[in-house]
Amino acid sequence: MTTTETSPTIVPDFGDDAEPRKIAFVCSKGTLDMAYPALIMASGALEQGVETHIFFTFWGMDMINKKTTGDLKFTPVGNTTATRQAHMPMIFTAFPGVASIATSQMKKQMEALEIPDVPSFLSHLTDMGCHLWACKMSVDMFGLTEDDMIDELEGVLNVGDFIEIIAGAQTMFI
Amino acid sequence: MPITMIADHEVHVDDEGFMTEYDEWDETLADTLASNIGISPLTEDHWKVIRFLRSDFAEKGETATLRRVSTVGEISTKELFTLFPKKPARKMAYVSGLPKPAGCI
Repeated sequence: MTTTETSPTIVPDFGDDAEPRKIAFVCSKGTLDMAYPALIMASGALEQGVETHIFFTFWGMDMINKKTTGDLKFTPVGNTTATRQAHMPMIFTAFPGVASIATSQMKKQMEALEIPDVPSFLSHLTDMGCHLWACKMSVDMFGLTEDDMIDELEGVLNVGDFIEIIAGAQTMFI
Repeated sequence: MPITMIADHEVHVDDEGFMTEYDEWDETLADTLASNIGISPLTEDHWKVIRFLRSDFAEKGETATLRRVSTVGEISTKELFTLFPKKPARKMAYVSGLPKPAGCI
């Protein structure tokens, strides 16, 4: 005869009593393939209840510029993984139209995985409480005003203020 | 897989305590699961989420992510953070007797 052993109730530890965590991403690139890593990791962090900040600087400004946020591109130029997958000699990657094809292909792959496009992703993140900041120096360098940038942006910060806000955060530069 | 008692039901759970058998859950368990993790009482708004997760799992075979609950279930992400504070994706799965969502977003 076998007996069934019943364990005492196991309740998952959701870490509600743990020390609050903080994470920061610095987005410095304006290509589609370099935009997604920060967005996906930020979303994961927010889902885990981690306070999350993203600081956009240099080419990363394209991610929050109203004119470009929905139109980031992916180019296989210099990308050995992409050329291997497409069985394409590197020299062809610079031909006209190749970046557009590669971009639309990447967008389709993302869509198939139910991953939102960049503008919807940014608003999904702010719905979860994400803080989005633009770099003051980049704003000046590109001659932008707050009207040029997406409404979800919380503000424009100089580096000193950003460093102060992310005190104690784990930080990733992308 | 450990077997444990939840609200007088014998159920299978994984090592973290998430229920592993879809059919072992019924609505009477939800209140106990919720109060185990400090959510009490369950309101109609919680139930909307739970019912969506259950029916979506039955259809798709996986637990809906926050994004899916907002786009397909039409319950805003902000509201999910209010109903299931801090870690809504995992907490709503736990209360609904489903595995943690596998998707990243």
